[in-house]
Amino acid sequence: MTTIALVGNPNSGKTTLFNKLTGSSQHVGNWPGVTIEKKVGKIRHNPDLQIVDLPGIYSLSPYSPEEVITRDYLMQECPDALINIIDASHFERNLYLTIQVLELGLPTVLVLNMMDDAAKNGLQIDTSRLSELTGCEVVETVALKNQGVSDIADAVRRAITRRSVRPVRYSAGFEQLLSDIGHAFGNSIPAEQARWYAVKTAENDPAVLEVLPATARPKVETLVAAYEKECKDDRLEITADERYAATEQFGKQVSFRGPALRRSASDRIDQVLTSRVWGLPVFLAVMFGVYYVSITALGGPLTDWVNDTFFGEWAIPGTQSFLESIGVDATVTSLLVDGILSGVGAVLGFLPEVAILFILLTVLEECGYMSRVAFILDRVFRRFGLSGKSFIPLIVSTGCGVPGIMSSRTIESDSERRITVMTTTFMPCSAKLPIIALISGALFGNSAAIALSAYVLGFVMVLLSGIILKKFRQFSGCSAPFVVEMPAYHWPLPSTILHTTGQRSWAFVRKAGTFILLACVAIWFFSSFDTSLKMVEDINDSMLAAFGNAVTAVFLPLGFGQDWEFTVATITGLLAKENVVGTFGTLFGLGENDNLGLWDQVGAMLTPVAGYAFLVFNLICAPCFAAIGAMRRELGSWRDTGKAVLYQCALAYGVGLIVYQFGRFVCYGQYGPGTVAAVLALSVLVYLVAAKDPLKPFRKTEGRPHLAQETVR
Amino acid sequence: MLLDQGQSDRYPGNRTRGNGMNLGEMKCGESAVVTAVRGKGALRKRILDLGLTKGCRVTVVRSAPLGDPFELSLRGYRLTIRRAEAAIVEVAE
Repeated sequence: MTTIALVGNPNSGKTTLFNKLTGSSQHVGNWPGVTIEKKVGKIRHNPDLQIVDLPGIYSLSPYSPEEVITRDYLMQECPDALINIIDASHFERNLYLTIQVLELGLPTVLVLNMMDDAAKNGLQIDTSRLSELTGCEVVETVALKNQGVSDIADAVRRAITRRSVRPVRYSAGFEQLLSDIGHAFGNSIPAEQARWYAVKTAENDPAVLEVLPATARPKVETLVAAYEKECKDDRLEITADERYAATEQFGKQVSFRGPALRRSASDRIDQVLTSRVWGLPVFLAVMFGVYYVSITALGGPLTDWVNDTFFGEWAIPGTQSFLESIGVDATVTSLLVDGILSGVGAVLGFLPEVAILFILLTVLEECGYMSRVAFILDRVFRRFGLSGKSFIPLIVSTGCGVPGIMSSRTIESDSERRITVMTTTFMPCSAKLPIIALISGALFGNSAAIALSAYVLGFVMVLLSGIILKKFRQFSGCSAPFVVEMPAYHWPLPSTILHTTGQRSWAFVRKAGTFILLACVAIWFFSSFDTSLKMVEDINDSMLAAFGNAVTAVFLPLGFGQDWEFTVATITGLLAKENVVGTFGTLFGLGENDNLGLWDQVGAMLTPVAGYAFLVFNLICAPCFAAIGAMRRELGSWRDTGKAVLYQCALAYGVGLIVYQFGRFVCYGQYGPGTVAAVLALSVLVYLVAAKDPLKPFRKTEGRPHLAQETVR
Repeated sequence: MLLDQGQSDRYPGNRTRGNGMNLGEMKCGESAVVTAVRGKGALRKRILDLGLTKGCRVTVVRSAPLGDPFELSLRGYRLTIRRAEAAIVEVAE
């Protein structure tokens, strides 16, 4: 088995190429940093060639999480060959990485991607000269259109047999330094890696210095220090200068920059979309449009039809009478109809809404607008301890929180990234959409304002939490600068949109058919039997009711604690948020003839204010277990994850309390001890937001707070 | 409080040095040559990796609607960074 690693700059098309090469369907998007973990696949028709897709990097030094993944892989796993994908439209900047890749001494294929964009910009690249100078195989591709991709496998094989990679030369003085360093190593470093180690030593890369033999270190240090003095510069800048000087010179030998054919269309679009006047209004309009179409205009009516007509009138009564007509046992019928069909059906009904939302989000991701949003919003988000790039996780989270949390990895600053991870699940995900629709349908006459308010609430909670969380010391580090590259706009390919949407929707369906189904069976079981395992006539005698009644008092101050069903639904929501509505489906049934419909029942049990508090709590409290797991991966410890979940639940409870108690007072003129608690909760919230250092009064000694530490990962 | 300082305090760039200025202060359409890169750690490394090295010519293409971040043109490509972080780069006409 031959292993080939795919390396390149962010957004240079690595994953697109990976998908075309392997025939797989990893998620691609038109913004830098879509790939955040390495992925492995086999090249089509070449089962012996295994290819590893690595996160995009600018340089082979360990300064950001993506760089660490890529670098560790290259240094420790020693792949048999490399494919260095070069975004030809950013040729010179990409060569900076290529120069470092060539120093690794591994067989390398250079793939010049986006040659069409480069040509439009007026850049011509002499590929045969490039191949001659580097000793690498060179392949030209437009990966998006599948041009040139089939040549890569053969090029890799040729590269492995040729083994003729030639590193690019630096200035005479620097080359002398490298050779002196090489002598200092003695025999401790294998010959083919000597140059890479020499350059990294000159650059003062801590990971490389660690593996140097102790005897070589002082010698090397003297050499580099002397060279620093000679150049009147420090080593970091010397190496960057040398690389860029080499890049410039090398670039001149292999490329020719003519006049651009025309001012690029992307530039003209950006003059409107990122302009001072239109940038923000267009952004707001786009976001409003996405949710208006998916929830109100198109998705809502379709979902209503599936819920009320398809399941409520056909599927559920039909199955029931069919099972009864063939004489199936009453318990089994109850399990199938009340347990599974009602529960899973309540969730599946939302597929149209979710699918339309997925289509629209995929279009936005694909065309390149997301990077512009990071550009437009960074200034706003930074005030709240977040990054402009936090917007991508927030938007992805409106589909599903798990990829949302993972996509926060592109945020450079440690503090901004951690706050994003902790707060992004406040955005209503597709699994929370059913809860919103249920409350707005059952209690507010399907008002679009409720759906809108849910998104606004989620967003406000993110910003509010940003203000609060950035005050705590562990979040005040900073690691790397904010960098955005705005890729050229391109028309999203219908095949990609269909594919991505299909995949995401299928995941939603699959979850409903497996996980949610099991949960529904469990809910049905616990709600149909009592502790002595006798089937109960009245659901209020069931085990579930007993459990619910035991803990439901916790939610009394939030207005939905008097009926245990809502407490149980909230708790099952921790497994997956779809369960909230799925539980109602199982407990109340979906519009059976002898029964009030699910929505009417919920409407009869809650006042609108209590219903809204229920919604608020379920939107903000701890996300599902899958998302908590993703948070654990990103935050790095269960301790921090626990704190995050605790924070989310406390915030949810506080805001739910405030909403219910103040709502009750304003709408119905009622008040009580809960009102006092709500006033207290509000004061705490205001204090946390307003105080500069909220913990100051609680510290015993008036110690000087530590300076924000710079964390280099 | 030290805990709650803004980004601009975190990356102090020298506001003025002789006839030079820092990159973060440049306006749209202005062009200059990098004379030095200050700062330290990951920020400095990344700025250097992105090609903002001594002698490189930089032009400010545009600013975000709220003035920050801003888009630069250098070495045949476009780069967007925050002004506070660009402040470690010193430039001259």
